[in-house]
Amino acid sequence: QTVTVRDALNSALEEEMLRDDRVFVIGEEVARYNGAYKVTKGLMDKFGEKRVVDTPITEMGFAGLATGAAFAGLRPVCEFMTFNFAMQAIDQIVNSAAKTHYMSGGGVTCPIVFRGPNGAAAGVAAQHSQDYAAWYGSIPGLKVVSPWSAEDCKGLLKAAIRDPNPVVFLENEMMYGVSFPMSEEAMSDNFILPIGKCKVEREGSDVTIVAHSLMVTRSLDAADELAKEGIKAEVINLRSIRPLDIDTIKKSIQKTNRLVIVEGGFPAFGVGSEICAQVIESEAFDYLDAPVERVTGADVPTPYAINLEARAFPDGPVIAKVAKRALYRTN
Amino acid sequence: SEPFSVKLHEDSFRGYKTDAPSLDLEVTKDGLLKMYKQMALMRRMEQAADSLYRQKLIRGFCHLTIGQEAISVGMEQALTRQDNIISSYRTHPFAVLRGGTVVSLLGELLGRQCGISKGKGGSMHVFTESFQGGHGIVGAQVPLGAGLAFAAKYQEKPVATYTMYGDGASNQGQVFEAFNMAKLWNLPCVFVCENNKYGMGTSAERSSSNTEYYTRGDKIPGIQANGMDILAVVKAVQHTKDWVVSGNGPILLEFVTYRYGGHSMSDPGTTYRTREEVQRMRSTQDPIRGLQRYLEEWGLASEEELKRFDKDAKAQVDQAVEEAKASPLPEDNELWTDIYNKGSEPSYIRGREREEGHHF
Repeated sequence: QTVTVRDALNSALEEEMLRDDRVFVIGEEVARYNGAYKVTKGLMDKFGEKRVVDTPITEMGFAGLATGAAFAGLRPVCEFMTFNFAMQAIDQIVNSAAKTHYMSGGGVTCPIVFRGPNGAAAGVAAQHSQDYAAWYGSIPGLKVVSPWSAEDCKGLLKAAIRDPNPVVFLENEMMYGVSFPMSEEAMSDNFILPIGKCKVEREGSDVTIVAHSLMVTRSLDAADELAKEGIKAEVINLRSIRPLDIDTIKKSIQKTNRLVIVEGGFPAFGVGSEICAQVIESEAFDYLDAPVERVTGADVPTPYAINLEARAFPDGPVIAKVAKRALYRTN
Repeated sequence: SEPFSVKLHEDSFRGYKTDAPSLDLEVTKDGLLKMYKQMALMRRMEQAADSLYRQKLIRGFCHLTIGQEAISVGMEQALTRQDNIISSYRTHPFAVLRGGTVVSLLGELLGRQCGISKGKGGSMHVFTESFQGGHGIVGAQVPLGAGLAFAAKYQEKPVATYTMYGDGASNQGQVFEAFNMAKLWNLPCVFVCENNKYGMGTSAERSSSNTEYYTRGDKIPGIQANGMDILAVVKAVQHTKDWVVSGNGPILLEFVTYRYGGHSMSDPGTTYRTREEVQRMRSTQDPIRGLQRYLEEWGLASEEELKRFDKDAKAQVDQAVEEAKASPLPEDNELWTDIYNKGSEPSYIRGREREEGHHF
């Protein structure tokens, strides 16, 4: 059975809303419009406008309101039409949601999910194309999830909603329509994936490629290319940005001795930078036979023109090229 | 003690798109004396914080409520513990009055184990079950308060949420965002502008094109109350609580008040206003002396009795200071706890270097 990422997210929301009436969805166009990207399609009809709440265009306001509702014991799922718009609300996410539990000595709890599409989409230029994984990934008190497949989306969104902490759930617009096979287990109402564990999507022994979200697809493309040349790439789907499952990455390096990190974010101070730093700080450094490589978005505001945009983000060929460089095969 | 009716001053209230509350208030002797004692205690506590700060025992920012005591004490008198109050960083009395103690509050300022936030929050971040903070970012608590009201409505609880901010914060965009959603969705939220005339060193007139803060809700009605008269505060809070729990949607409530001290401990409070102004407010508007006048006029307490209450408050605070000072600093291990809820932590949290972290 195959399921799209969009439908997997939708069923995760529906199942959790059925399970717990404290769960509600709030955001722009989530109810009557059925979701700007149709992730919340049908939920208003099933649960009514009390639990699927259309907001005005007022990100800082509704992110704060949702956070306050979480303080009071509800379990809000706060949708941002895209995470680019969540920049208007980032103070509420960082200063109110992430830190209040600590500052209150554990007295106030904030079980909230902030979700929506993140990262570069197609042809929408700089203001609507940015990956915030590194931004939220740097904040203590938050958990940050960046799923790739339909299974990831279902299991991790359900885990995020049940988690007693604030979780930033970074989807990707370009993945919404992509179908994945779903196991019987993943189709069940009780399918939960643990936040903080990555998944080896493809085993290999020659080079480790770590990626998250859409870049997992591109890394698997690269692994196919590399296989044609007899190179066995191991592709790790990060799933969780914070906590970061560095142990699985280190274990893979001990096998392959090469590390390539792929992300759609800007290169500076990014997810790749952090993984690289943690690897070279650890015993895994001794297993590296080549410098760690990063393949990232270019250090430029995202351009509009199709040829320029293509040059701004990793694709299969550039990942394959860099993987070969890590193997000292530069032909 | 027996309830009796009193008449409030003519100029206690003004209304915007609604009638001002009536000037009749039911009070009891016990209730009035309790408020007197609480105001005296809060003032002593803040004076002790002032002194501890000057002794360099309190770190960072410390914002005192001296002059504004009628608001916290009057609100507490008129509300129940099921109602919510959320406010900014000038909130020490709320934490004490709504479930904390003077020791736990002063202990927090001193960063000690006995602190109300275990020494992790400091002056600006104090919380209890019925007081949701204690927030340090100017204006950010206003949407949070709208969220508390949203939750109350969602859970069908007949409670009011008092979402407080100052005249300075009133110009933050998110305040208007919260107003709009609250009115749109008829949330049981009272937005309280504690107008103490200055946002740091900027007077209301220099920051706000409209200084009638109770009129700034557009379609939301508003009430202005004399925040230096505790009976006006009680009446205004009773009135607004009735308003929101009866399903009338949000209402604005402006308390006109005055802070005697500077914005924070680092501000002498004299460069942007005159000493004469502060002196005039202290001698003519003081909320504690105001209640004293009522009590004496109505023959409910003699000056001597009230002096004894003042002495009791001082003794209680002196004792609390010693207890708080005796409390140890937090255990080093507390650095790592309460970042995430117990049982849901990441397996490892990093310290300053790779070997210094904490494993759960």
